[in-house]
Amino acid sequence: MLRDITIGQFFPGNSAVHRVDPRVKIVLVIAMIVTLFLAGGPISYGLMIAYLAGIIKISGIRFHMVVRGLRPILIIVIFTAVLNLFYTPGDILWSWGFLHITRQGIFAAIEMVLRIMLLIIGASMLTYTTSPIDLTDGLERLLGPLKKIRVPVHELSMMMSIALRFIPTLIEETEKIIAAQKARGADFESGNILQRAKAMVPILVPLFISAIRRADELATAMECRLYRGDEGRTRMKQLKTTRVDLLAVLVSGAVFAAVIVLGRMGM
Amino acid sequence: MSTILETRGLTQIYGAGDPFERKALNQVDLKIQAGEVLGIVGHTGSGKSTLIQHFNGLLKPTAGEVLLAGQSIWNAKGKCSRDVRFRVGLVFQYPEYQLFEETVAKDIAFGPGNMGLSQAEIDERVAEAMAFVGLAPEIAGQSPFALSGGQKRRVAIAGVIAMRPEVLILDEPTAGLDPAGRDEIFAEIRDYHQKTGATILFVTHSMEDAARMADRILVMKDGGVMLLGTPREVFSHAEEIIAAGLDIPEITKVVRELCRRGIPLDPSIFTVEDAVRAIAAYKKGEKPC
Amino acid sequence: MSEMIKTENLVYAYHDENGNAYFALNGIDLHIQRGEFVAVLGHNGSGKSTLAGHFNAIRLPTGGKVYVDGMDTAGEDKLYDIRRTCAMVFQNPDNQIVATVVEEDVAFALENMGVPPMEIRRRVDDALKAVGMYEYRSHAPHKLSGGQKQRVAIAGVIAMMPRCIVFDEPTAMLDPSGRKEVMRVIRELNERFGITVILITHHMDEAVQAGRVVVMHQGRILMDGVPREIFTQVDALRRASLSVPQTIEVLYDLNAQLDAQLPVGAMTVDECADILQKFLQ
Repeated sequence: MLRDITIGQFFPGNSAVHRVDPRVKIVLVIAMIVTLFLAGGPISYGLMIAYLAGIIKISGIRFHMVVRGLRPILIIVIFTAVLNLFYTPGDILWSWGFLHITRQGIFAAIEMVLRIMLLIIGASMLTYTTSPIDLTDGLERLLGPLKKIRVPVHELSMMMSIALRFIPTLIEETEKIIAAQKARGADFESGNILQRAKAMVPILVPLFISAIRRADELATAMECRLYRGDEGRTRMKQLKTTRVDLLAVLVSGAVFAAVIVLGRMGM
Repeated sequence: MSTILETRGLTQIYGAGDPFERKALNQVDLKIQAGEVLGIVGHTGSGKSTLIQHFNGLLKPTAGEVLLAGQSIWNAKGKCSRDVRFRVGLVFQYPEYQLFEETVAKDIAFGPGNMGLSQAEIDERVAEAMAFVGLAPEIAGQSPFALSGGQKRRVAIAGVIAMRPEVLILDEPTAGLDPAGRDEIFAEIRDYHQKTGATILFVTHSMEDAARMADRILVMKDGGVMLLGTPREVFSHAEEIIAAGLDIPEITKVVRELCRRGIPLDPSIFTVEDAVRAIAAYKKGEKPC
Repeated sequence: MSEMIKTENLVYAYHDENGNAYFALNGIDLHIQRGEFVAVLGHNGSGKSTLAGHFNAIRLPTGGKVYVDGMDTAGEDKLYDIRRTCAMVFQNPDNQIVATVVEEDVAFALENMGVPPMEIRRRVDDALKAVGMYEYRSHAPHKLSGGQKQRVAIAGVIAMMPRCIVFDEPTAMLDPSGRKEVMRVIRELNERFGITVILITHHMDEAVQAGRVVVMHQGRILMDGVPREIFTQVDALRRASLSVPQTIEVLYDLNAQLDAQLPVGAMTVDECADILQKFLQ
């Protein structure tokens, strides 16, 4: 079913991880990604794993939910692993025809798989512990200075939050339209690619029309509630940095520094 | 009368195994007679929308079975033949939001087209369906999106009628319409019923509409059948209906209030005409009951 | 000035693609006082929703004038004040909720108005309590029922503290329990907070709850009076494609068939039973 799709799923909670300012979390995730690519060697990766495991533990999110989040990227992980395995030159351990597995290849494959999985886990921890609205809010405020060079930061973040608001509504609507067209005998399962693409028309046209109608009504409703863009706007929720943020920055900073140093030393 | 649709132990569980598991239908046994008009009422979440989607195989039972004219609609391989969709026509709530074609005629022809009929047959059915819902032949070539809300809904209903289903199911066909629009749609459904003899099922929130239109009323509650019978039988259980948080027609409330005050009228009266008749008879000195 | 809404010979005309002119509103003179609860009744296409749009300057007259709390809606410069004075709640609750969290949505208008954060918090909480949705403040709107969503939308406008709220068929898409929830909130806004309420509807049972009923037909005002006056005019209502409550219909039909000469103005089941009891005993 369509509703099983979990784009940036959020698990509400009140852990220390949840309470960290979204701006801080976003910056830390970026720093973590950079760190990951500077890591190397078992100790530095071990440290990263321990760091993320600690975050998962503190957040109170169940471990299997995090693993489940990795499922969609499984193909990419396998693909990368295979590529690295067979195409890294070095000391050949085994070969068959034009395929060679090298010792370096094995290490490269393991490293790439680790990097991708840790990266995804880290990024998912951001979306798992930050509500979409806090996330857009954090992004808007982080990118705030770009307004000076006329980047429409507020508009982009408003667009993002409206999209988040309407994704569940439109998914529900899509399911309804699919059911209605099936009730008229529509067949979405058989035929070649061209026929299947054509079969989508009875779903896409009503969905598109409905989205436009909704947008139009929403625009009127927003105007009625005095929306005039960014000008003179205040926010109910003020973002304040607290002790939790300081702690998060210090701990993460220390871990990242250690990982990079160890990584550069090949440990 | 023969049975056209039957459910045996029909059960539907959403999100089985999840912490959010919800039983939408629980062991529903039901027989719908060929040619009857059945009104389905119940709270939001009582299972009525889930039930009707089982009748044409849009949903697959978690347990139990659905039989159309004595045959299970799901075969041994766990497939539901598309033929079932043509024999049991389902009109969803706010069906005007599913229109997609360039012209009214093309949109109505979508269902018959999927049945693989000849163009001549399709044209005939489109014209027939348009007549049933009171759409003038001139608008056949117009874009459905240029029509009024009520007209769009008629096009959508015609799109299902054009498949000439033996059973026509409508989920709140008059939702959002004004009283005049509601009366017109119901008159057209009744006309379709009389001319074709098809079985009609309709979901409604209005007990008045159910009382006025239906031969029998099915009251759903918590995923099960609470009451099933003629309007008179159903409204004789007024206390249970009210206790379940559903409304009974205003006129039934008036008659029941009069009974409470010692005027012995039939408390299961459910239309204004019957109430007027009963009151007139009482006035003339005939004591019913 | 005690007039909340005043229209003077209001005309709203539009042209179809062939250039034919249609009059959605054709000479409306309507005065609504502060604190009134007015139901505007009419069938689809009677012009009632078009009229509602004029009270909030979503639509501007093509002829005549509309004043909201003395402000001419045609003046661009007053637009902001007009919308702050007279807010609007729409039919589809899904399409007027902007945010992904209930309380964020209620805060939306206040944030646009530039209200200080502490005060937004207070007003959001008050508004949510007023509609009985405070416990749901951190929920996602799409998981609420239709009636609950509509109450959130109402909280979103009452947080602005408008003096007048126009409800444009707020219950049309709701089930009976949702309709009851929303109608209870609307009545309370009028009774407890003295907000002027204009309710656009085609449901008789909702119009009965108002202090005054205006019946629209073909772009004109057909009737204007207290509910009892309006609903006893059964023939005129039927001509305007409207129905009457069953409590009135039964008395009216008895009069027609038996010449019973009963008073037909029964707005409730008890009133109807009283009249019939007297008739039968």
